[in-house]
Amino acid sequence: MHKAWDSVAADRVLAAFLPTQDQLLPILHALQAEFGCVAAEATQYLASKLNLSRAEVHGVISFYHDFRREPAGEVVVKLCRAEACQAMGGREAAEAVLAHFKLGWGETSGDRSVTIEPVYCLGLCAAAPAAMVNNAPSARIEPARLIAEIEALR
Amino acid sequence: MSRVFVPGDALAIALGADAVAGALRNAGAEIVRTGSRGMAWLEPLIEIDTAGGRVGYGPVGAGDVPALLNAGMLNGGAHALSIGRVEEHPWMAGQKRITFARCGVVDPLSVEDYVAHGGLRGLKRALEMGWQATIEEIIASSLRGRGGAGFPAGVKWKGAAEAQASAKYVVCNADEGDSGTFADRMIMEGDPMALIEGMAIAAFAIGASQAYIYSRSEYPHANATFTKALAAVRATGGLGPHAFGSNHPFDIELRIGAGAYVCGEETALLESLEGKRGQVRAKPPLPVHQGLFGKPTVINNVLTLATAPWIMTHGAKAYAEIGFGRSRGTMPLQLAGNVKRPGLYETPFGLTLGQIVNDIGGGSASGRPVRAVQCGGPLGAYFPPALFDTPYDYEAFAAKDGLIGHGGIVVFDDSVDMAAQARFAMEFCAIESCGKCTPCRIGSVRGQEVIDRIVAGEKRDANIALLQDLCRTLKLGSLCALGGFTPYPVLSALRYFPEDFRRDGAHSGGKAARP
Repeated sequence: MHKAWDSVAADRVLAAFLPTQDQLLPILHALQAEFGCVAAEATQYLASKLNLSRAEVHGVISFYHDFRREPAGEVVVKLCRAEACQAMGGREAAEAVLAHFKLGWGETSGDRSVTIEPVYCLGLCAAAPAAMVNNAPSARIEPARLIAEIEALR
Repeated sequence: MSRVFVPGDALAIALGADAVAGALRNAGAEIVRTGSRGMAWLEPLIEIDTAGGRVGYGPVGAGDVPALLNAGMLNGGAHALSIGRVEEHPWMAGQKRITFARCGVVDPLSVEDYVAHGGLRGLKRALEMGWQATIEEIIASSLRGRGGAGFPAGVKWKGAAEAQASAKYVVCNADEGDSGTFADRMIMEGDPMALIEGMAIAAFAIGASQAYIYSRSEYPHANATFTKALAAVRATGGLGPHAFGSNHPFDIELRIGAGAYVCGEETALLESLEGKRGQVRAKPPLPVHQGLFGKPTVINNVLTLATAPWIMTHGAKAYAEIGFGRSRGTMPLQLAGNVKRPGLYETPFGLTLGQIVNDIGGGSASGRPVRAVQCGGPLGAYFPPALFDTPYDYEAFAAKDGLIGHGGIVVFDDSVDMAAQARFAMEFCAIESCGKCTPCRIGSVRGQEVIDRIVAGEKRDANIALLQDLCRTLKLGSLCALGGFTPYPVLSALRYFPEDFRRDGAHSGGKAARP
């Protein structure tokens, strides 16, 4: 999934977009899909392609929670920390999952197999607590079952 | 063989709907993936067409499929999982479904199905009436913005329509970040064409030819369904130079945010669409005068736009006739958290909060007493059962220092620690602050520290006074609702649940007290 930064590959990604500032978010999503993260090299690259300052590009990349500066683990687990999930034991479930993998929020395991990230609402609040594992939604999560699902994927 | 309707809604999928669809397909059934009816505790809820209407079965697991087929499910046969005729189920029969009339019923990707269920009639009438009469119709319906602010939609449209500019835009705010809300997601997954039609009506009314919908990266299924729906509409000529057979060019582009809650604030959303940091703009200028790319822009929530086709089809009077006080029409309530029957319930304004939580929701899921209900998302107040007589209405909630927001209602039982909830509100504000206003950016961090000191028993009275003062500063000194409304959950927790801030001994935190 993760590829090292490569400006030729980046050019191919960029070819699908107009080189204007309003395309910056779609471009960043596309680069992250291609490389697994938005590498440091992307800042200078996008600044010159879109005729922006490096500060502007850095400002955007760092503003949004989604954009990673280094690739995530193979299995990306997003655990909802918001109120509806809290009301159904989401805090305790999240603590149990984090403790099992010995990770803190946003951390990736040493073997780069699992990343656990906080998310604030997946819109699955009517079946809380909720999680998303590699974009697959999971509801009424129980730590043991979720841990087993993640272990099976890593 | 009969067709089986299996929800393709993200919540149903999270509960195993894809496996159910697979098992049915393997058994030779023809599957139609629909949206969800909103009865989350019955998902996956599958349905069969019978002579007497749709019959439902739920919650169905893939393992139930052989027994269901043996019981004659394809003809509506009896089975322990049968809920009978879906429309007659008490949860459905008690509703007034306007915005969600088709959700869970139609194939969200079929233009034909959409038209067969009354779709595109509103747009047709709008085109016949002309833009001025269309705007008058929306104004007369008293439809208010369903994103939370409750601003009259027609007045907004009129402002943009009357502005002179070389280009205008319609922007749909689908950045549904409030915890406890999922109505926008359900429309995008269950009846996306109503939203497309609503955006077309708005664009026609104000003289825009380009629309954007700004959705969330946390909603991959909604985005995938909406993208397919756009393609289906485009394939029938609904989008393009002669949209829906008219002389008006119209197109919609889906944009996906990147995990910033504040981008649900309309001016931050516009900044984000322009490729910038999602920082809030000062108003004025209002977006209707200078919005996206500095051009007049109507920015409305998904539910507001998805309701416009019904109003244009049935007339303003039919919509304005229902409701309560100045809150006309219906609100898709979203019941979530610790509640026995969670889900989406569309009803005219005016039910009391107690009716919603206890009668519709059935009380807590845990069976323990309900202690607090947070209405209106993470920036909404926590109401105790003592306020359950409050009617569900913008003004009535505001009078009790609360808000209905986007319609989220999150129920907590008596194991909740309200000091922890107040602290979380500050923490969330700190994480999601765009950073523009100092009270929001810094005050939210200081707020967490002050609450920690109160809970630890450090100079409690002085620190509570400090917290109240800090909340006043956030409320008055922030440009948008993030900093401005974070005081609502904090102060309501402090006001109605003061004992949680004055516990002696070690702070338990979270739900440690749950047996």
